[in-house]
Amino acid sequence: MTRTIAEINEKIRKGQAVVVTAEEVIDLVEKEGVEKAAQRVDVVTTGTFGPMCSSGAYFNLGHSKPRIKIGGGRAYLNDVPAYTGIAAVDIFLGATALPDDDPRNRIHPGAFNYGGGHVIEELVAGKDVRLAVSAYGTDCYPRKRMETWTNIKDMNEAVLFNIRNAYQNYNVAVNLSDKTLYTYMGVLKPNLGSANYSSAGQLSPLLNDPYYRTIGIGTRIFLGGGIGYVAWHGTQHNPNVPRSDKGVPTRGAGTLTVIGDLKQMKPQWLVGASMVGYGCTLTVGIGIPIPILSEEILRYTAVRDEEIFAPIVDYAEAYPQRSPEILGEASYGELKSGRIIVQEKEVLTASLSSYPKAVEIANTLKEWIVRGDFLLTEPVASLPGVEAGITFKPLKERPIEE
Amino acid sequence: MAISRRVVLHFPPRLVDQPIIYQLVKEHNLVLNILKASVTPNEEGLLILELSGAQKDYDQGIRYLQEVGVRIQSLGQNIVRNETRCTHCGACIAICPTGALALDPKTRLVNFLEDRCTACEICVLACPPRAMEVHF
Repeated sequence: MTRTIAEINEKIRKGQAVVVTAEEVIDLVEKEGVEKAAQRVDVVTTGTFGPMCSSGAYFNLGHSKPRIKIGGGRAYLNDVPAYTGIAAVDIFLGATALPDDDPRNRIHPGAFNYGGGHVIEELVAGKDVRLAVSAYGTDCYPRKRMETWTNIKDMNEAVLFNIRNAYQNYNVAVNLSDKTLYTYMGVLKPNLGSANYSSAGQLSPLLNDPYYRTIGIGTRIFLGGGIGYVAWHGTQHNPNVPRSDKGVPTRGAGTLTVIGDLKQMKPQWLVGASMVGYGCTLTVGIGIPIPILSEEILRYTAVRDEEIFAPIVDYAEAYPQRSPEILGEASYGELKSGRIIVQEKEVLTASLSSYPKAVEIANTLKEWIVRGDFLLTEPVASLPGVEAGITFKPLKERPIEE
Repeated sequence: MAISRRVVLHFPPRLVDQPIIYQLVKEHNLVLNILKASVTPNEEGLLILELSGAQKDYDQGIRYLQEVGVRIQSLGQNIVRNETRCTHCGACIAICPTGALALDPKTRLVNFLEDRCTACEICVLACPPRAMEVHF
């Protein structure tokens, strides 16, 4: 059995495409077998909704009268600093940016109530935000200061541009010390008091296409409640990790860079998040359609939580000291049962990624395709695979001699 | 009939230096467990208690508190989940000490069981979208 993306799109246009979610396909394959299911199903939809720190947005604010050169100056949106080292009225706001006067961790653990991710959520919700700018003034851009309300609808462009999202698998974080830890993986109770994980598992996009056979540069996706695209592989993209018999990575592996028009996204799928004692971030909703071009591709999408394993890592010592040591592996089936065993102790699990929201995303994308509102795209280039021989480099410090 | 209730007591500044809880225990024969206390001289005091005893003693004790001017709230209303902000991720589940935040194994939604909540507030900052709110 083989089919092409063009054939699938023809069926979508006619309203005849058979679309199931990456959860539904599991039962279907169990009942009918891979061969029959692959003949019937055209598209499998995936979804994930979790905190993704390498997210942000760029904006073209429009030119004031008289003009001001924000580039090389300073710009704040609701007191959160944006990057200005580009042209006059273009700025980039990162999800983890914090107001200059945020106390951070001076009194540990800091609350981190408001940051770049929250500004992005408010902009998407259509709220006015305060823009404050200072510049050095030039002959062609004479102004030095500006404070004004602005709104996403007043901007020329507002584009979500996330340089690392949708991690293909991730660590399970535990705490072997006797103190509570406040990490990017949430609050970790001491003495193996909790185990936090963050993946949609069997619904997660890259876990359903483990060798990047269909997801590539140019793939159209559900992003933040609107339409987006895969722009590149994400930072730290690392296909060369241990994999199960079925090819599923058992460590953090592939990642995606994604892009899309922020103006058509929805605030419930781009939620500002605060990690106590760590910082601010953005919880991003992503859904990716997988065209069933062959039986092999369908077999990958039928992966279940019990077959996907994640490494258990101590965030008291091993993670901060970059030690490669792991305490074992747990399947998402075990993680989702609420308890895993680590060092012979039963440990309560908690998820940072919302599975019910991932289901909702996969179902929404399915509806869009069934209704004929969302056509699949042919990737213009593949993501680097195992054969690319990428190695994940640590930072080797070289002392600077004065 | 013996009962056990959790209540929030608000003490106006003029009552903060009075031995009201002593009277409550001594005169009304109630067993109490302090879940949270915040008392500063010349400011409103706040006390969250679990009160146990006979229904008759409990009713009389509550009446005594009302008569001396303590404002009483039942506990369930005090920690509120903002349903539009909750993403049902589950980050709160392992840190909630009483199991008031629990996962429904079928739907994977996070249930907030208000009758188990002791208003310890650990979830408030641990919730990434800050959906757990304190309403006193």
